[in-house]
Amino acid sequence: MADPDLHENEEPLLVATSLSKSFGRIAACRDVSFALYPGEVLAIVGESGSGKSTLLQLLSGQLAASGGHVSYRMRDGVTRDLATLGEAERRFLFRTDWGFVHQDPAQGLRMAVSAGANVGERLMAVGWNHYGRIRDTASDWLTRVEIDVARIDDAPRTYSGGMRQRLQIARNLVTEPRLVFMDEPTGGLDVSVQARLLDLLRSLVAELHLAVIIVTHDLAVARLLSHRVMVMKGGRVIETGLTDQVLDDPREPYTQLLVSSILPP
Amino acid sequence: MTAMIDIADANKTFTMHLQGGIELPVVRGVTFQVNPGECVVLSGPSGAGKSSILKMIFGNYRCDSGRIGIRHRGALIDLASAEPRQVLNVRRATIGYVSQFLRAVPRVATIDVVAEPLIVNGMARADAQARAGELLHRLNIPERLWRLPPATFSGGEQQRVNIARGFISDLPILLLDEPTASLDAANRGVVVELIAEKKRRGVAVVAIVHDDEIRHLIADRIVDVASFAAAA
Repeated sequence: MADPDLHENEEPLLVATSLSKSFGRIAACRDVSFALYPGEVLAIVGESGSGKSTLLQLLSGQLAASGGHVSYRMRDGVTRDLATLGEAERRFLFRTDWGFVHQDPAQGLRMAVSAGANVGERLMAVGWNHYGRIRDTASDWLTRVEIDVARIDDAPRTYSGGMRQRLQIARNLVTEPRLVFMDEPTGGLDVSVQARLLDLLRSLVAELHLAVIIVTHDLAVARLLSHRVMVMKGGRVIETGLTDQVLDDPREPYTQLLVSSILPP
Repeated sequence: MTAMIDIADANKTFTMHLQGGIELPVVRGVTFQVNPGECVVLSGPSGAGKSSILKMIFGNYRCDSGRIGIRHRGALIDLASAEPRQVLNVRRATIGYVSQFLRAVPRVATIDVVAEPLIVNGMARADAQARAGELLHRLNIPERLWRLPPATFSGGEQQRVNIARGFISDLPILLLDEPTASLDAANRGVVVELIAEKKRRGVAVVAIVHDDEIRHLIADRIVDVASFAAAA
């Protein structure tokens, strides 16, 4: 993975402090703290039920925490506690400075409207109103995610799974967000389609200097895309560090088990 | 002279939790320094911990104790206790590492695999590719292969791509893990020349080479890793 252009004195973009979430008696997420810097890709790995998707929802303000808080440095440079944002402010953040790539593209796209409209909609939401410019920018983004511009007027339900996922990425990136959340973005895709998507994500993340929090159970995805990993088990972060350190020199029994379970290529 | 690498009493043990918590001592009391323009070759039998020491210097393996001092932008940083972000900064600006095997991303063209470290550091793509081309040329990778991903190349070709990628940046520290292992005589000669050029530019080099002839040609000093053997 390419190193980001890290400036040593830069301020973090997002800080999580002692985040916890319980559903009744079940603690889905316990005492998670970390800081994410601009341009940094953090992978959250662990098996199903380890709390990684809950954590992603807490971090993106879609779920209220039972304890702790998340702060985010807004585009104007002011750091805000997500819990204090109004609903309108939170939605605005989601339409502009954040992206969210779902595992199932149908959750992140409007399946019945054209690909161009799917991408253009995010631009209109931030005040673009010149039809020609919106269409040009949408075409541009389709090209960047390797979708034939001739398909711009087709609805994503006519697209293959890999194309849908690339369209979802274009829709998310068109407003030039600084932070993108990804929930198993390559899950459910064929291996060859996966490799293409990973390669695309990897170059876009580096080019756009994106900060990314990516949830995955696939350690190969973590190795290819992330700078840092957090390994979760039973709602806790049990090990964290540079991705190659954690994967090549895992310390915790559970991390060793995960790493040793990968089939050699 | 101010050392570029200053390792003091570094220890490494693997604990294999899946094998009943067996402790596998790797190295103990690793202590040595490397100055600018100097090439230190690590010697010792297979399994003595030579590659592990290189990985500790690169921050890939974590130390249990001790110090991995690295001169980074004029200041000494201890990689054994550095934050992940600092380690990434050190790798970007200070330490290059040529591993034994190329780990390339599917679909990326050879020329871009080699040029990437320069592009990441802000060089224009065309200039970076031009430098990548020069190195690939010197290492006898024919131009018709440059646009192809290296995944289908032979072992020796992949290793030369890996060397080109590792040598392209002007970083003050270079770690080489068996850079000549699967190369023919002509290409071994090119690598020896490339190492000599790095040394003339003041780069501190740490290398593992099994070939006695190559070792004589590049080494200024030999550090015997057997002296760091961890008493089991």
